[in-house]
Amino acid sequence: MALKIVKGSIDRMFDKNLQDLVRGIRNHKEDEAKYISTCIDEIKQELKQDNIAVKANAVCKLTYLQMLGYDVSWAAFNIVEVMSSSKFTYKRIGYLAASQCFHENTDVIMLTTNQIRKDLSSPNQYDTGVALTGLSCFVTPDLARDLANDIMTLMSHTKPYIRKKAVLIMYKVFLKYPESLRPAFPRLKEKLEDPDPGVQSAAVNVICELARRNPKNYLSLAPLFFKLMTSSTNNWVLIKIIKLFGALTPLEPRLGKKLIEPLTNLIHSTSAMSLLYECVNTVIAGQYSCSVGSVCLRISVVKYLGLLAMSKILKTHPKSVQSHKDLILQCLDDKDESIRLRALDLLYGMVSKKNLMEIVKKLMIHVDKAEGTTYRDELLTKIIDICSQSNYQYITNFEWYISILVELTRLEGTRHGHLIASQMLDVAIRVKAIRAFAVAQMATLLDNAHLLTGNMQRNGICEVLYAAAWICGEFSEHLENPVQTLEAMLRPKVATLPGHIQAVYVQNAAKLFATILKNQEGNTDSTAAQETSQLMIDRLPLFVQSANLEVQERASCILQLVKYIQKLQQKDVEVAEEVSALFAGELNPVAPKAQKKVPVPEGLDLDAWINEPPSESESEDEQPKAIFTKEEPKHSRPRHTEVDEKELARRREARKQEQANNPFYIKASPSSQKVYQETPGVEHIPVVQIDLSVPLKVPGLPMSDQYVKLEEERRQKERAEKKKKEKKKRKEKRSGRGKKHDSGPESEEDITPAHVVDIVTEEMPENALPSDDDDKDPNDPHKVCDIQGNLQDGSQVVVSVIFENKSDSFLKSMEFNVLDSLNSKLQRPEGSGPHDGLTVPFQLPPGVSNEARFVFTVQSIVMPQKLKGTLTFIVKDSSTHEKLDFKLHFTCTSYLITTPCYSDAFAKLLESGDLKSSSVRLEGVNMPFHHLLARICFHHHFSVVERIDSCASMYSRSIQGHHVCLLVKTSGQTVSIDAKCDEPTLLGNVLDEIKQTFSQC
Amino acid sequence: ERKRHCSMRFMLLFSRQGKLRLQKWFTSMSDREKKKIIRDMTTMVLARQPRSCNFMQWKDLKIVYKRYASLYFCLGVESQENELLALEIIHRYVELLDKYFGNVCELDIIFNFEKAYFILDEFLMGGEVQETSKQIVNRSIEASDMLQEVRFTDMHAHTHKCT
Repeated sequence: MALKIVKGSIDRMFDKNLQDLVRGIRNHKEDEAKYISTCIDEIKQELKQDNIAVKANAVCKLTYLQMLGYDVSWAAFNIVEVMSSSKFTYKRIGYLAASQCFHENTDVIMLTTNQIRKDLSSPNQYDTGVALTGLSCFVTPDLARDLANDIMTLMSHTKPYIRKKAVLIMYKVFLKYPESLRPAFPRLKEKLEDPDPGVQSAAVNVICELARRNPKNYLSLAPLFFKLMTSSTNNWVLIKIIKLFGALTPLEPRLGKKLIEPLTNLIHSTSAMSLLYECVNTVIAGQYSCSVGSVCLRISVVKYLGLLAMSKILKTHPKSVQSHKDLILQCLDDKDESIRLRALDLLYGMVSKKNLMEIVKKLMIHVDKAEGTTYRDELLTKIIDICSQSNYQYITNFEWYISILVELTRLEGTRHGHLIASQMLDVAIRVKAIRAFAVAQMATLLDNAHLLTGNMQRNGICEVLYAAAWICGEFSEHLENPVQTLEAMLRPKVATLPGHIQAVYVQNAAKLFATILKNQEGNTDSTAAQETSQLMIDRLPLFVQSANLEVQERASCILQLVKYIQKLQQKDVEVAEEVSALFAGELNPVAPKAQKKVPVPEGLDLDAWINEPPSESESEDEQPKAIFTKEEPKHSRPRHTEVDEKELARRREARKQEQANNPFYIKASPSSQKVYQETPGVEHIPVVQIDLSVPLKVPGLPMSDQYVKLEEERRQKERAEKKKKEKKKRKEKRSGRGKKHDSGPESEEDITPAHVVDIVTEEMPENALPSDDDDKDPNDPHKVCDIQGNLQDGSQVVVSVIFENKSDSFLKSMEFNVLDSLNSKLQRPEGSGPHDGLTVPFQLPPGVSNEARFVFTVQSIVMPQKLKGTLTFIVKDSSTHEKLDFKLHFTCTSYLITTPCYSDAFAKLLESGDLKSSSVRLEGVNMPFHHLLARICFHHHFSVVERIDSCASMYSRSIQGHHVCLLVKTSGQTVSIDAKCDEPTLLGNVLDEIKQTFSQC
Repeated sequence: ERKRHCSMRFMLLFSRQGKLRLQKWFTSMSDREKKKIIRDMTTMVLARQPRSCNFMQWKDLKIVYKRYASLYFCLGVESQENELLALEIIHRYVELLDKYFGNVCELDIIFNFEKAYFILDEFLMGGEVQETSKQIVNRSIEASDMLQEVRFTDMHAHTHKCT
């Protein structure tokens, strides 16, 4: 209503007001530029008038034109004029124009200082407000310096409207004129507790922004913010505070613990998605162990952010994300491609043996639906990535996988034919059990090749025929109807395929031919064999004419061979045996690293000169021929030949003696061989026969779905069987061990593969080095064995590390490095960076162990710690850099020093009342009491103060002087330990460790 | 680094045809920079498919946008800012406009563009949320308008006298 009056009054006042201008521009769409230039001329005229109302109207129109992209900087002075008007209406327009048009380099700003100061102190709060608002847009360092005091005073204005704006603009002033921060800060801090919520939230905003730029200085405000966080109900303010804490926690880890509760409360109670998201992000960033699972569910409403957050959670809490698989799969239906791609990324990380089939099934549906080849190809590669990751770790049924691959060949226009082909080859070669099935499938593919050959481009789908032909040829003994396949491979249409594929066709037709001959020669009817030869002779000339050299050469070779065979056949000579000999032997896959791992034969020193290098003096002598004569060996060899038998025997004995005493000599034991066999990958997965109730051969039809069903049934059966077994096991397990196993046994492992799956690892040379890139393997050959904490003063811990070289190669240039935590740091020599490793002062011949000591500085000792580290080293023979990851486990026990204590001092200590108590009960400890005490003393560095019957008091002291007192009592198999210590957390952890020691025996 | 100061950098309103309807810069920027940003934002946002998500990354900024009828509201925020909060800010501004104009449409903002700025200035300031309460924002706009109205009617009377 108010607006209409305003409009009406303006209409009558001016020739052309803003509305007219806007309307005019809209009516002059064709010649807008021309129209506007006439308008600007008018405006220039208007600005020359003395009437401030006319000027203000002109400035208002200019502001509009500025938005349209016209330069109005020439009117800057007129804007200042309008700003200076005493009437609010015009002042408002002037400040608006200034905030839109002025920037730091506008020179007239210098003229405004006094005007702004006058407005700031105006009795009308809206004048002040308008000035503050404008200032927030164009404040310069000069203005900030000149007006800082005025603004600071306004922070205590009686009107909250002004206080609020003054607080906010203060932040801009700080940025432009940092010196103002110190004097203004106390007042700003007061505003955190302003009675007006608007002012309060403005102060929170400003301090949060300041603190995020420089968190260290604002740590002292943490309690105040904590109070605000628990009391405020304003979501906008809460978000800011949570952000602030996100910046503070890295500096003060204790804050993290305190935050868990309020954050969890907010997560569960808030209905504001933005606040929820902020909490979750903070939780993830801080890695607080929080009920993340429930959060995911709620956050996933906002798909993109949910997926983003989940990918962060996935790294730390994979299980909680896995339960939201369905939601993530739904995201694949989303119209937005960026969401779909995020979802795909997530899927890759969350497959398991259990859900692989289901996930891939869903993806296959999407492949069918997907529009646009790019996205479809992306899906295709993802499917293959997901299935083949970590050496097919998640595939339990390879028949299913082959059918998936076959289904994928039906994709139109894909550019990943090569990828599919290489997967087919890889699986067929490495999973022996699947070969028969694979061959059958490939034969079908070859038979239906005409369906695929529509796409002839390079890397098109026809590439799979390459794989199909090779598999059918190489494993032809599995073919049910080899003649038919041979026929399919020699069709005239094949000649249209790319050359390299034709070559494989020809070569494998020959292999197939050999197999067929073998089958047919056993029969009485010899004509069949001859017919096969005739087929070859009829069809091969087509390939002999090929323009492709490879095809031509192979075809003509084989053609001549078959012709010769035919001749022999006509003479009734049996040739099959000899023909198959051509293709005898199996081609095995070779690991990409194989060459590197070939051990250097004994006695061969690659670094040594084969012939003595010409010394420099020799080169002067110019005796080139001497190098090729056998002069040099003569110097070294004769000795050996001259010794007699006795001497040899004596020496052998002496050598044995020496070897026995030499710790650096590895005895000829089969141990090194064993290490190899234990390396990962050569697992022989138990063989389970599957009885398939559904016939598998439905050529050319999608059948991967059936596997999903079959797999379900199979697993159910297995589960039922397992349950029976497990019940028995559980009783035994009770006393099982549990130390150092970080994660519980995964249900993943319970799924046994469907059938005779024997993943052939890629072939390695004999005596190859154990694979050194698998750090997690518990049988790791280069194991860091033992860590003992030897304690010096309050903050230093010396760690002895025993390095044992379990491999059979020489390791040198070892570097030991630990990722420092906030609490513990590896001490490095002066001048080295915080991530530099320490050189281990020795080399390790095979089989040898040695000890090195490292000093750590530790701040707090109340919690056990795990430090991650890496050992890098060079394997001498291959001179490759290798690396080994390990974890250093600092138990709380290792911070205790065995310290004797007299019983009266002990009693005084207990009476002092400074100690907090705690207790623990151990059940089923079956050992004499003195053994028990000895164990505690030995493992946990305690000393016995006094012992009376089945009761003993014990004492130990931490490196930081904490007293730890125990009262151990036993009755029957139950041991109770009452303990006191001045640091409850330390005590709790020590007791846990004691408990663990006894649960292991 | 110089520009890393406030959580919001700019707010732009533009039509489906890419016509700018409102621009608010929370940091001082040269005209060239402004023009570049406006051009990039309009092309990027308008190229988005319908029903895409509302967030984009642009240089070191997060761009949060939302379409209301024929108008796109586009907010550029710092990369650590909360996208959902930015969406709420956009929505709050739309609510405020709606309350003021009564069922706001694009034409309201075109013809009363200075009002749209005044409302924004009471809601956001210097790249921060100034007032979280809708009532208070509305009240202060009403109060300023009253001030303007009184002056206008004064002047109206005055001009009548002159003629």
